[in-house]
Amino acid sequence: MLRATLKSLAARKLRLGMSAFAIVLGVAFVVGSYVFTDTIDKTFDDIFGGLSSDVVVRADLPGEAGFFSGFDPGTTTTVPAGLVGEIAGLPGVERADGEVESQSLFVLDTEGEPITTQGAPGVAVNWHDGPTADGSQVLELVDGEVPDGAGEVALDTRTFDRSGYRIGDQVDFVSSGDTPRVSAELVGVVRFGDSGSLAGASLSVFDTATAQQLFLDGRNAFSRVAVTTTDDASATEVRDQVAQVLPDGLESVTGAEVDEQTASAIEEGLSFFNTFLLVFAAIALFVGVFLILNTFSILVAQRSQEMALLRALGAGRRQVTRSVLVEAVVVGLVGSTVGLALGLGVAQLLKVLFGAFGLELGGGLVVLPRTIVVAYAVGVLVTMVAAFVPARRAARVPPVAAMRDDVVLPESSRQTRTGVGSVIIAGGAAAMLVGLFTGVGNAALVVGLGILAVFVGVAMLAPIISVPVIRVLAGWYPKAFGTVGRLARENALRNPRRTAATASALMIGMALVSAISIVGASANATVDRALDDGVRAQFVISNAVGQPFSPDVARQAAQVDGVAETVSVRAAPGQVDGRTVYLQAFDPEAFSRAAELEFVDGDGDLGGGGVLVGEDTAESDGVAVGDEVRLSLPGSDETVPVVGVYTQSPVLSGGYVVSQQTLAEGAVPPVDSLVYVVTEDGADPAAVQNGLDEATADVPTVTVQDQEAYKQQSRDQVNQLLSLVYALLGLAVLIAILGIVNTLALSVMERTREVGLLRAVGLSRRQLRRTVRLESIVIAVLGAVLGVALGVVFGIALQQAVSGQGLEVLALPAGRLAVFVVLAGVVGVLAAVWPARRAAKLDVLRAITTE
Amino acid sequence: MTELDSQSRAARTVDLAKVYGKGDTQVVALGGVTVDFASGQFTAIMGPSGSGKSTLMHCMAALDSVTRGEVYIGETELTRLGDAALTRLRRDEIGFVFQAFNLVPTLSARENITLPLDIAGRDVDPGWFDTVVSTVGLSDRLGHKPSELSGGQQQRVACARALVSKPSIVFADEPTGNLDSRSGTEVLSFLRRSVREYGQTIVMVTHDPGAAAYADRVLFLGDGLIVDEMADPTADRVLERMKGFDGLQHTAQAS
Repeated sequence: MLRATLKSLAARKLRLGMSAFAIVLGVAFVVGSYVFTDTIDKTFDDIFGGLSSDVVVRADLPGEAGFFSGFDPGTTTTVPAGLVGEIAGLPGVERADGEVESQSLFVLDTEGEPITTQGAPGVAVNWHDGPTADGSQVLELVDGEVPDGAGEVALDTRTFDRSGYRIGDQVDFVSSGDTPRVSAELVGVVRFGDSGSLAGASLSVFDTATAQQLFLDGRNAFSRVAVTTTDDASATEVRDQVAQVLPDGLESVTGAEVDEQTASAIEEGLSFFNTFLLVFAAIALFVGVFLILNTFSILVAQRSQEMALLRALGAGRRQVTRSVLVEAVVVGLVGSTVGLALGLGVAQLLKVLFGAFGLELGGGLVVLPRTIVVAYAVGVLVTMVAAFVPARRAARVPPVAAMRDDVVLPESSRQTRTGVGSVIIAGGAAAMLVGLFTGVGNAALVVGLGILAVFVGVAMLAPIISVPVIRVLAGWYPKAFGTVGRLARENALRNPRRTAATASALMIGMALVSAISIVGASANATVDRALDDGVRAQFVISNAVGQPFSPDVARQAAQVDGVAETVSVRAAPGQVDGRTVYLQAFDPEAFSRAAELEFVDGDGDLGGGGVLVGEDTAESDGVAVGDEVRLSLPGSDETVPVVGVYTQSPVLSGGYVVSQQTLAEGAVPPVDSLVYVVTEDGADPAAVQNGLDEATADVPTVTVQDQEAYKQQSRDQVNQLLSLVYALLGLAVLIAILGIVNTLALSVMERTREVGLLRAVGLSRRQLRRTVRLESIVIAVLGAVLGVALGVVFGIALQQAVSGQGLEVLALPAGRLAVFVVLAGVVGVLAAVWPARRAAKLDVLRAITTE
Repeated sequence: MTELDSQSRAARTVDLAKVYGKGDTQVVALGGVTVDFASGQFTAIMGPSGSGKSTLMHCMAALDSVTRGEVYIGETELTRLGDAALTRLRRDEIGFVFQAFNLVPTLSARENITLPLDIAGRDVDPGWFDTVVSTVGLSDRLGHKPSELSGGQQQRVACARALVSKPSIVFADEPTGNLDSRSGTEVLSFLRRSVREYGQTIVMVTHDPGAAAYADRVLFLGDGLIVDEMADPTADRVLERMKGFDGLQHTAQAS
C-alpha cells in the first residue's frame, strides 16, 4: 500500500508541488520571524549584556525600566559625589566609579544632520576605567586620546565612520538639555564592547566634569555608581551593604540583576515584533490550508477510480484514508524543509534590510532547535489537517465505482453544510463581539479566533453563496463573449465547492486588506477632524519619531515675530495607583488656547499638584473628581487629588495629565515632546513659518509644521503602516493566487477530453485561453467580492470597538475597495496565464482519445 | 478507383503516409494512401485493429499531422496549414461524431448542437436547425444537459451538431461503438437519411459490418494500405470479406 502511495505521489509531482508551495511560504514566514527575532535578541544581548560592574547604584524608578528608553525623559535623580567616596570605603568594595549618562545627545554629521537611526538614542557618558563584572572594559580607545577637559569629546567607532569627521574637527551635537546646541573637539575614537555595534545608537564620551556640566547642570553628582568588589567579596553581600548607606530614591543592584532585567526587557520589546510577524505567518498558513484542501480534493476526485479499484481489490477504508494522509505527510515534510531553507533566506534579507537602515546585526543567524521543531510541526500538521477531509471522502468511494465511467463522490448534504457553517459563523461573530466590546482579557486572541471562525464558516457556506453570486458576476459573459463566455460561466459553476474553496483563499486576504484599509482611512479621517476641530494652534513643533527635545526650542519660538504664545507638552512614564501609565504635562489654561480641552467635571486647576483624567479612563479606573490617587514618579511618591475629568479627543487620548511643576518635582528632566505655537491675529503664516524655521535651525531633530503639514505627517505615518501590512498580507494573496493557478490547471487536466472536443469542433487556441481566463477572473472576483464584503463588516466592527480610543470617525474608502476588486480581476488574468497556455497546448487528438 | 472531377469530390488524399516513432521503434500507420471521397456519398472505412483506419480519418479531419503526402478537403490542401487555419477549417468545413464524449457537459443539447456556429459567430439557420433536430427526434430534449440524456440521445445530439453547420464532410469515428443495437440503428438511419435527403458527405470508421452496410461504399484497410473496396455493401458481404481478411492477417502474423 505504501509503495503504491509513493508511486502515485511521484506521478503527480507538479500538482502536489504547487500545494506544497503554500506550506513552503507559510513555514518560511514562521522560520523567518523566529530566526530574525532570535538574531536580534542575541545581538542585543551581546551588545548590552555584561556591561555592568559587580554592583550598580542607581535611581529607584517606579516600575520596570523599559529597554527602548530613548523616548523617555529619564530622571534627574542623582547620586551625590560624596556618596561615591563613602561607598568606595565600605568593606568588600575595591573601587567605586561615578557615571554620568544621557540618552539624548545626538551627534550631527558634517552636513549638520543627525547621524543616529531614527528612534535610536544618542547616548553620552563620562570616561572612567572601572571594570565590568567579568573584569573587562566597556570602552577601548582605538585612536587619538581620552577626552580631558571642557570642549573635548570621543566618539564610538561606528558613529565616527558615519560622521565624516576627522580627529581634531569640531563636532556639533543637539541636546535635550537647557542649551540645545553643543560643540566639542573630537580628540579620540573608542570602541564599544567587542563588535563596536550599538544597534543604531551613537555614543559620545566626555570627561566627568564636562559630562556633569552638560547633563547635570554642573552639579558634582552622578547618574549612577559602578561598584567593583574585592576578589573575596560576593556581589550580593556588597549590594546589601551598599543599600544601607543609600538615601531614599536610590537602589543598589548586582550587575547580574541588571543584565537579567536588560535581557527580559529586550525580549519583551521584541516579542511584539515577533508576534506581529507570526500573525502574518498564521494567516499565510491558514490560506494555505484552503489551497491544500482543494488540491487534495481534486486529486482524490480524479483518482476515485483508482481508489475504488484498490477498494475492490480488498483495501480497507482506513487503508485508503491512510494512503492519502501519507501523501500529505510527505508533502508536509518536503514543504517544511524547503520552507525552513527559504525562511533562513527571509531572515537574512531582513537582516540586510535592517543593516541598510543603520541597525547592523553582528554575527550569524540564530537558529534555535525550537525554530526547526516548530517549522516541521506546523508544516506537517497543517498539511494533514487540510488533507483529512479529502482523505475521508476518498475512503467513501464505493468499490463499484471502479467499474463505472462517471464517478460522483459522496458529499455532505447542503443542509448539513449550511447548518454547520451558520453555527460556526454565529460562534465566530459572537467571539468577535465579546472580544471587541467587552473588557475580556486577551481580547486580541478572542477577536482573532472569532475572525478565523467566521472565515471557516463563510468558506463552508461559500459553495452555496457562490452560485447566485457567480451568476451575477459572470451574467454578462455570454452576451459579451458568446459561447466562450457561456463556457467560462458554466465551468465556474459546474463545481461550486471547488470554485468556492479557491475563491475563499483569496477572500481571506481580501477581507483582511479591506478591514485594515477601513481602519486606516478611519484613522486618517479621525486625525483630520481632530486637527480641524481640536487644534487651534497654527503651528506644531515636534520630533518626527516622538523623541523629546530641549525646552529652549519653545522659548526661541516664543520670540518669533507674530507668535502670541507657545504651549509645551511634556510626557513621562509614571505610576497611578500602581498601574504604569504615560503621563502628559501641560498648563491646562494655556493648552485650551492651543487645542480643545473641555471638562465633564471639575476644572483644570493643577496648581495644587493634582491630576486630570479623561472620561473613559476615569470610568475604567474607577476614579472621579475629589478622589485621591497615588502618583509615583522617579523622584516622588505621593497621594494627590483628581481635580478634573475631561472629554477625550484624538489630541488628548484620555490619559492622566499633571502640571509640569509636578513632573519636575518628581525628578523628571524638563524636556518637551510637543510645542503648539499660537500666532497673533493677523500674523502672516508664511512669515511666522520662516521665523520658526530659523529659530529652530539649531535643532535639526525637530520640525515646524502648520496644520496641513502636521495632518500630512500623521497621514503618512498611517499610510506607511498600512503599506507594511499590505505587503505582509500580500503573501496571503500570493498563496491564494497560487490556489487559483492550481485549481485551474487541475481542472484543465480533468477536462482534457472536453478541451479536445472543443478544439475538434473549431474552438481556436485564443478562444480556449480566453475561456480559461474568464473562468479565472470570475473566481478571483468572487473571492474579492466576498472578501471585501466581510472586510467591510470586520472594519466597521473594529472601528466601532475602538471609537472611544481615537478612532471616532468611520471612513469607508470606497474607491480603494473598488480598486481591490479590479485588482482581483487582474489577479485572475495573471493566474490564468499558465493554465490557459497548458490547455491551449493540449494535442487535440490525444485529448480526444484520452481515456 | 474511379477518378472524380473536382466539383463532385468532397475530400481526397494523395500518397498519404503516417509514421510514428523513429528508428527501431518506427511504426508505419499509413503507408501511402491515395483515395477520393465523392460528394454526397456515405463511405465506411473498415479494417482490423492497427490497420490504420482511425489514423486515416484523423489525418483527413485535420486532427493529426501527416508524415508525407497531401490531404484535401474540397480544394484546400491541409498539410501546409497552420493551427489557426486548421481550426477554422474544422469549424467551418468539417463535422465530427466521436465514439464517446461528444458533448460539452456544461452546455444544453441545443447549445451543443449550435456550438460550432456559436464559436464561429455565425447565425443559426432556424429552418435548417428545426429540420435537423426533428430528423434526429430531439425537439423535446433541447433544454436538457448531456447527463440527462441517454447514450443514444447523446449520439443523436452529436450527429445534429455535425450537420447543423452544413459542413463539406462529416467524419464519424465508431459512432455506434458505445450504443445498444436499437440506438445504434437510430443513429445510422439518421446518417443515412442525411446523405440521401440532404446530400451530406459522410466518412465513417467502423468495425461493425452491420453499420458498414448503411454506407454507399466500403474501403478496407490493412497494414496502412487500402486493400479492397466494395460498392453498395450488405452486412453479409462485408462480413464475408472481413473473414477472409482476418484469415489473411492471421496468416501474416503466423509467418
